[in-house]
Amino acid sequence: MVKEIERAGIPVVHVCTVTPISMTVGANRIVPAIAIPHPLGNPNLDHEEEFKLRRKLVEKALKALETEVDGQTVFEG
Amino acid sequence: MKLELGKIYIKDIKFDDCQRIEDGVLYVSKEELTKIALSDDHLASAEFDIAKPGESVRITPVKDVIEPRVKVEGSGGVFPGWIAKVDTVGSGKTYALKGMAVVTAGPIVGFQEGVIDMTGPGADYTPFSKTINLVMVCKPVEGLKQHAYEKAVRLAGFRVAAAVGELARSLEPDETEVYETCTIKEGLEKYPDLPRVAYVQMLQSQGLLHDTYVYGVDAKQILPTIVSPTEVFDGAIVSGNCVSACDKNPTYVHQNNPVVEELFKQHGKTINFVCHILTNENVFLADKERSSFFTAKICKMLDLDGVIVSEEGFGNPDTDLIMNCKKITAEGIKTVIITDEYAGRDGKSQSLADAHASADAVVTAGNANEVVILPKLDKLIGTLDYINKIAGASETTLREDGTLEVEIQVITGATSEVGFGYLSAR
Amino acid sequence: MAKIKVVHYINQFFAQIGGEEKADYPAELRVGEIIGPGTAFESAFGDEAEIVATIVCGDSYFNENIDKAKADILEMVKSQKPDLFIAGPAFNAGRYGVACGTITDAVLNELGIPALTGMYEENPGVDMFASKLYIVSTKNSAAGMRAAVKKMAPLALKLARHEKIGASVVEGYIPTGVRVNFFEKERGAKRAVDMLLKKLSDKPFVTEYPMPDFDRVAPNPAVKDMAHAKIALVTSGGIVPKGNPDHIESSSASHYGEYCLDGVEALSSETYETAHGGYDPVYANDDPNRVLPVDVLRQLEKEGVIGKLHDKYYSTVGNGTAVASAKAFAAEYAQKLLEDHVDAVILTST
Repeated sequence: MVKEIERAGIPVVHVCTVTPISMTVGANRIVPAIAIPHPLGNPNLDHEEEFKLRRKLVEKALKALETEVDGQTVFEG
Repeated sequence: MKLELGKIYIKDIKFDDCQRIEDGVLYVSKEELTKIALSDDHLASAEFDIAKPGESVRITPVKDVIEPRVKVEGSGGVFPGWIAKVDTVGSGKTYALKGMAVVTAGPIVGFQEGVIDMTGPGADYTPFSKTINLVMVCKPVEGLKQHAYEKAVRLAGFRVAAAVGELARSLEPDETEVYETCTIKEGLEKYPDLPRVAYVQMLQSQGLLHDTYVYGVDAKQILPTIVSPTEVFDGAIVSGNCVSACDKNPTYVHQNNPVVEELFKQHGKTINFVCHILTNENVFLADKERSSFFTAKICKMLDLDGVIVSEEGFGNPDTDLIMNCKKITAEGIKTVIITDEYAGRDGKSQSLADAHASADAVVTAGNANEVVILPKLDKLIGTLDYINKIAGASETTLREDGTLEVEIQVITGATSEVGFGYLSAR
Repeated sequence: MAKIKVVHYINQFFAQIGGEEKADYPAELRVGEIIGPGTAFESAFGDEAEIVATIVCGDSYFNENIDKAKADILEMVKSQKPDLFIAGPAFNAGRYGVACGTITDAVLNELGIPALTGMYEENPGVDMFASKLYIVSTKNSAAGMRAAVKKMAPLALKLARHEKIGASVVEGYIPTGVRVNFFEKERGAKRAVDMLLKKLSDKPFVTEYPMPDFDRVAPNPAVKDMAHAKIALVTSGGIVPKGNPDHIESSSASHYGEYCLDGVEALSSETYETAHGGYDPVYANDDPNRVLPVDVLRQLEKEGVIGKLHDKYYSTVGNGTAVASAKAFAAEYAQKLLEDHVDAVILTST
């Protein structure tokens, strides 16, 4: 899916847990997520903490979209 | 470790107030079994029925399939950590009731459960159309959460299977198979020229209806570990998963793990079957990395020459499979992997979510997306209320004439990735 | 039942016209003639089918005049109104293989007549046509004629009768890339052990699933002005309005959903859920923002970090969904995103 969006000419960031699959399917901007059943959340945190965590991840995704890449890049850390 | 597995062939199951096994016929009391099933107060009801090969019967939604066994000699008991207390199993003597199974059914989450047809085209795909099935349909008390309901049904199945197995304790087996493995040092001395081979089994461990347990421990919490290949014969591994039932291992398949059986056939002849390595398929990437590094490290420390890696499930576990294959191969160990495929209904899509050049020896259990039409059968055990929602079905699954249009994905054990079945694809 | 009518295509060599020196022999229709390998087919067919005409064409002629040769031969085939077309087998003859592949493809796809050819696996015609045609795998020389006909004749009859075609290993054709199920003689575990024993002793073995190659798309330029950018959300995690109004399947999804986010400040367990059958749904159902972060994006929109959150999101279930379907869904909604002037996409997966 990610490749088809890219092919249409729209920059896309793939937020996913299993980054190796993302690499295999050919995403170019990849942001590692938390876990498969809750990629942008962590049910062990309280609501406010969890929201902060999610905001950080989304900010990282936006950062990735603002970053020029010349090949497949995983935005770690 | 040495285990004698005594097989007692069951030709028929009948309901009778006096429970016993006589001339290959199992007599069970509905009342007794219900009592055992409902000893957990999470369950409101348990209904028992019998489905035989060739009968026009459909069982759904299937949760688990279990072979009744009893430990007659040696340490521990069947299903350690659940029924028996935790003690090392896999040695001594165990009896198994062959030709039959306990099948648990019940609507847990509204999607994700299996179908067993006892006749017709569906029967060709499931191994459990060939067993006489003692089916229990369990309903929860009102308001019970899904995780608790799943656990209650799972344990009720083990209790019933263990109680049925117990009826065989004082019988003479019809046939006995002996399985024996050596310690590391013994193996080196006894078979200095045979290649050292292990079985790496990946256990599904992704949450509700996607879990597997080792000696009572949730497999997502284990680090890759080793067991004697005989331990599974006593129920050391049990299933808590049935989502996309085609490629999930019911407890029965763990108890009769075909890779373990086939490696034992070669043990001492063409290979030295060193051990059985267990690993998981977790939802965190760090876990996937850690587990596959551990698996490869264990393989290396055991000086293995070859391994068979089996997957359980599809999608993100394809990555665990490829990581295991890649890292074990990088240690100079020859690897064969067993998987199944999701190549689309037309067979034209890419079959696995991940790929690597090191995976050059692949056994496939077939394309789970293949569509079959299952005829309307005379009798239904369970319910068809959820049939349009289970994984592998669609809104149009249940057709007006009562037939079902489904992917074989819905059929319990259709594309077994431990190679229990004969289906394949090219 | 009437006999199946067959038209057979062969080159100048198998028509016994001559070798290389006669390779410029133009296409020729011989009605009622059964020539060379045709006799072997005729006896293999028994009462089921008969060859009504043979087309002969020189290999050089075909390859040097490909458009004309193809058009002429198609006319010849059409004139005979056959139920089945067989070309070759070409064994390892390169130009013959290309001719057989080209004409079989044309008969099949332009005339809609069941068609089959046969070649050695290294024939260049295999690379060009294996994904489009049934090409029976043959030996590399005409010495393999009997074995080739033995496989080609029954498969050809099946094609003519429009019967279901089994897996490549069962029917004897070169894999087309389409995966077909069949029951093996040994169970999977036994096959795995046998394969490992071969691998351990460095003997040849055949994988049951060759690893695929993946294609790549170059990354698009980065977003320059995030504060004025329109960002869209897409997910394969199956987040849908409660009740799953479009009935997206829990696995092997056949379609995707387009849902409006107008006025939605955050997703809640009362109004949204997941339709995905491949993961524990409890966490996503409790708080769907964990999969589709609408809450955070609304906040960033208010703060002016992003220009706007696109008022539609696209959702499907990745679980067991064929790559080809997912690709088709994405190609479709990517066009909608373009029309709506979306600047960038955040795609979340479970």
